[in-house]
Amino acid sequence: MAWFVRSKKNIEKSQHRDMPDGLWTKCPSCNEIIYKAELEENYFTCKKCDYHFRIGSNDYINILLDEDSFEETNTDIRSADPLKFVDTKAYSDRLKVSNGKSKLNDALTTGTGRIDKREIVLACMNFSFIGGSMGSVVGEKFLRAGLQALEKRVPYISIAASGGARMQEAALSLMQMAKTGAVLAELAEAKVPYISILTDPTTGGVSASFAMLGDLNIAEPGALIGFAGPRVIEETIKKKLPAGFQRAEFLLEKGFLDMIVKRREMRKTLIEVLNWLE
Amino acid sequence: MATKFILEFEKPIFELEQKINEMRSLDNDLDIGEEIEYLEKKMEDLRVNVFKNLTRWQRVQIARHPERLITMDYIKNMFEDFNELHGDRKFGDDHAIVGGIAKFQGTSVMVVGHQKGRDTKSNLYRNFGMPNPEGYRKAQRLFRLAEKFNKPIISFLDTPGAFPGIEAEERGQAEAIAHNLLVMAQLKVPILIIVIGEGASGGAIGIGVGDRVLMLENAWYSVISPESCSSILWRSWDFKEQAAEALKLTAPDLKKYNIIDSIVPEPVGGVHRNPTQMFETLSKVIREELDKLMSIPIDVLVPMRREKFMNMGVWKQG
Repeated sequence: MAWFVRSKKNIEKSQHRDMPDGLWTKCPSCNEIIYKAELEENYFTCKKCDYHFRIGSNDYINILLDEDSFEETNTDIRSADPLKFVDTKAYSDRLKVSNGKSKLNDALTTGTGRIDKREIVLACMNFSFIGGSMGSVVGEKFLRAGLQALEKRVPYISIAASGGARMQEAALSLMQMAKTGAVLAELAEAKVPYISILTDPTTGGVSASFAMLGDLNIAEPGALIGFAGPRVIEETIKKKLPAGFQRAEFLLEKGFLDMIVKRREMRKTLIEVLNWLE
Repeated sequence: MATKFILEFEKPIFELEQKINEMRSLDNDLDIGEEIEYLEKKMEDLRVNVFKNLTRWQRVQIARHPERLITMDYIKNMFEDFNELHGDRKFGDDHAIVGGIAKFQGTSVMVVGHQKGRDTKSNLYRNFGMPNPEGYRKAQRLFRLAEKFNKPIISFLDTPGAFPGIEAEERGQAEAIAHNLLVMAQLKVPILIIVIGEGASGGAIGIGVGDRVLMLENAWYSVISPESCSSILWRSWDFKEQAAEALKLTAPDLKKYNIIDSIVPEPVGGVHRNPTQMFETLSKVIREELDKLMSIPIDVLVPMRREKFMNMGVWKQG
């Protein structure tokens, strides 16, 4: 008997798409046709099957923080393409395309805000920006936001959504893992709370650094969370992975998450946690 | 040192070497001493020239050379009284990470490192140097032990990556690595990191946060192997050479971006050509580094270590 049963088929990468334009959209999990305005009202989750759509920092800010309380920080840090990286496309061009498409300066948005009047510092990833990959900018912004939380002595909350380290910054990206670890060491010693929220997907260098280091690790239902991506594992072991493997429910069973919280409940949970911390 | 494995770009040197050896074995009556001397000089020039102008992919090949020295070679030849300590006290003993107590020229140290194998059998035993979570947790246990008894830590990096398997995920590969990053930023003893071969990704940095990071001349260190990078970005395995170039993964590259502190020179042709010389060079470097680190008060050293990693990265502002 499996440790838990999922109705949904697992790891079909193509089912994850950014929100398509138009008035209607289809749930990638149960194929339900959903009116988009209704989807937004429902925290970007499917009413029928509770599938959590991938959303970006703006939506999380709206869902989790007190209205108009968010003040963005570190808006002027951008990638310098230090390695002049070129594969089939130049990294600098990939950045331009992502900048234009997403109106973001990189894959992490930081700022201060309030949750039920309590001040917090937020660092929220955007999967739409080069797969939410962590390069120098993400590392630096995560650091600065962390130091701000330390200085203000207010809780630090991060929301992860990332395929891992940004390959185009090579070893510099790898070092960001240690960088986020170093700032979290400072917070830990000062007893400044750090809450990590893991969303779909959180893998690679992000899961193997700050995302797994929360005083509380909270995941959204169904989120893919792991070190190696499912495709890499399947290639290594030459076998299909079991259904539900590396999903939030799996990690909870294995002991790596404190809890799984539905997006519609997340704000309420955070309020209770912050309340407990006071 | 005689070698069984000849890399493609080493072939011209090897052919000359063979020719010289043949001539040597010829009848002594022939006066070819001068000729041999000339060829030997030519061979040395060629060797120096080839190894001075290595491409990044060629360095990766040297870093993976089947005869390249691995962690236990360094431990056996540069340390005394090594006693291996096993297990993470939670799940098991990972064979891809070794560690233990040892003396380095009279100084008590904790030495830890990725461990590859030498042949098929030992490579299977060592899982090709790809640790499972219990490997990182064993390392962390040894780090804490070193801290408790105030002994400096020396960590050797040589892995093609943390193992991407089902069980590794079940036991929390990501958490194990992440936690080590946090702990290594906190440890109140000096930490010396030495990249001796392959430093691939999170699997490497999982035991790679320290006060000083040294790298052997032909080692490589990056976020991904050239092959995997090629497969992801070029969608084909055939662009590994371009990927190696793009990743800028060699010691001189990383020195330029302040990711490592210094490069330890290797014997011409790579570590395996002259292990004795390598042990001598590296021992000298470790002695100097340890003396320096141990002279810094720990309440100064730990913030310096954090600062060092907090400063890593290149971005533009404004």
